Amino acid sequence: MEPYAREELLACTLARLIGDAAHVAVGAASPIPATACMLLRERNGGRPRLSLLHRRRGNPFTEGSRELFDLAGQGRIDVFFLGGAQIDGEANINLVGTGAYPRVEARFPGSFGSAFMYFAAKRTILFREEHSNRVLVPKVDFISAPGWSPPEVWRAGGPQALVTGKAIFAWQPEKRRFRLESVHPGHAAVEIREHTGFDYDAAAHIAVTAEPTPEELALLHGPVGREIASNYPDFARRVWGIAG
Amino acid sequence: MDVSLPANETSFFADADALAREIPDGACVALPPDYSLVAMDVVRALIRRRARSLKLLGVPVLGLCADLLIGAGCVSEVETSAVSLGEAGAAPRFTDAVERGQLRVKDATCPMVHSGLQAAEKGVPFMPLRGVLGSDLVRHRPEWKVIQNPMSETPDPILVAGAIQPDVALFHARWADRAGNVWIGRRRELATIAHAARRCYVTFEELREGDMLEDELLAPGVLGSVYVTGVARAARGAWPLGVADVYPIDDAHLAHYADAARTPEGFQRYLEEFVWNRTHEKSSSPARSLA
Repeated sequence: MEPYAREELLACTLARLIGDAAHVAVGAASPIPATACMLLRERNGGRPRLSLLHRRRGNPFTEGSRELFDLAGQGRIDVFFLGGAQIDGEANINLVGTGAYPRVEARFPGSFGSAFMYFAAKRTILFREEHSNRVLVPKVDFISAPGWSPPEVWRAGGPQALVTGKAIFAWQPEKRRFRLESVHPGHAAVEIREHTGFDYDAAAHIAVTAEPTPEELALLHGPVGREIASNYPDFARRVWGIAG
Repeated sequence: MDVSLPANETSFFADADALAREIPDGACVALPPDYSLVAMDVVRALIRRRARSLKLLGVPVLGLCADLLIGAGCVSEVETSAVSLGEAGAAPRFTDAVERGQLRVKDATCPMVHSGLQAAEKGVPFMPLRGVLGSDLVRHRPEWKVIQNPMSETPDPILVAGAIQPDVALFHARWADRAGNVWIGRRRELATIAHAARRCYVTFEELREGDMLEDELLAPGVLGSVYVTGVARAARGAWPLGVADVYPIDDAHLAHYADAARTPEGFQRYLEEFVWNRTHEKSSSPARSLA
């Protein structure tokens, strides 16, 4: 039994990838990315600025939901998070459905702002907890947002990394291909290969993802958990037993 | 584009049911997301009046209101960037209808919806937007055009959103005053919808005395009556969704709905209890059925 929750390992992993960004925006239903940002803010005296798009009180925007896209278009968002019902080896994401669109077999909620934010944010961290051949596919059935663009197409930023419940992949823009960066404690490189539907690069020896430090865990159990509880009550109750 | 929009004299209607009768079958109705002042009493009234063939426009996404209308058979088409119940999960009646091929979806991405409405509110035919190129959304939306940036000497393709003019904008507001101004606070996407739409119907929590446009602190959050076709009082009219500082979103009820609506039978029982039965309590404490 690890001395930390799986969600805490993932939040600390995302926090390391966010690094020294000045402004991070976090969308709907993203408690782990939000936790990662709150952790950095607690540690770094309030940096990065965090715009929680679905904050229930004190939302950062006063021009309605279009304001996020307007300021992202200007280059004011450094890091954004996207997921995918399917993600492929070229970092394309599918949030719409499986099968031959529009006659989909399984329908998902929809593309949200991904088709814009993937271009406009300087870096996008792809995050999906489920690591399986079902999610990580050779080719997505529908491209909600493409992982790369031809040179004549305006694009301010793109994928930085893909984080799953088992591993971290770095994105190699020049090769348009992922590289396995590390596997989370308790998982093995061979297992990653088996559960990943797309091909990727990997060194002969793969590192283990860094675990949360005692200092990080103390912050997560204290001020970070309380802050997250106000916007993600179910999540905070499940992970830390904190009432919203 | 229709340029003969009237400078409305706002009409005051008796209740949400009277407003719902103003929204004809087949209308394109623009609706806000669950976090942004949804006129849920009118949504329930539309189901009771057995509205048909509505075309819903999500600005930019949809939630409970759309799932209810879809499940009740009121909707022929949705244009939206997503339909979801947020923390309560997927929208079950939407998902089921699409997977059965019973609902046409015009998939969008959030800023394309905003841009189309902004073009309409400015009275211009289109608005350019960066990004999106290479998404399959573009292939399936022939009315989304890619043009060469006319300001650039070098190849620079850019997407343009055609003006979107909904027939009806529908939402809830904290206050209305007797002049027909409504207060929407920071939810300015509601102003964009109202500016762009041919008609705008608003339910309000409370009537506020005085003219809100003459109050410097309130005025920035006001949508002026020139855009407001009709209003009706609806106390707790957004329930089980919330109104900032008045009542929060009723998470327990949404979780109950998400569970009940997984089957058509459970959905019909939900409608019986919370839509057809008009005496249910609009309470943030769990309703009787949840006990």
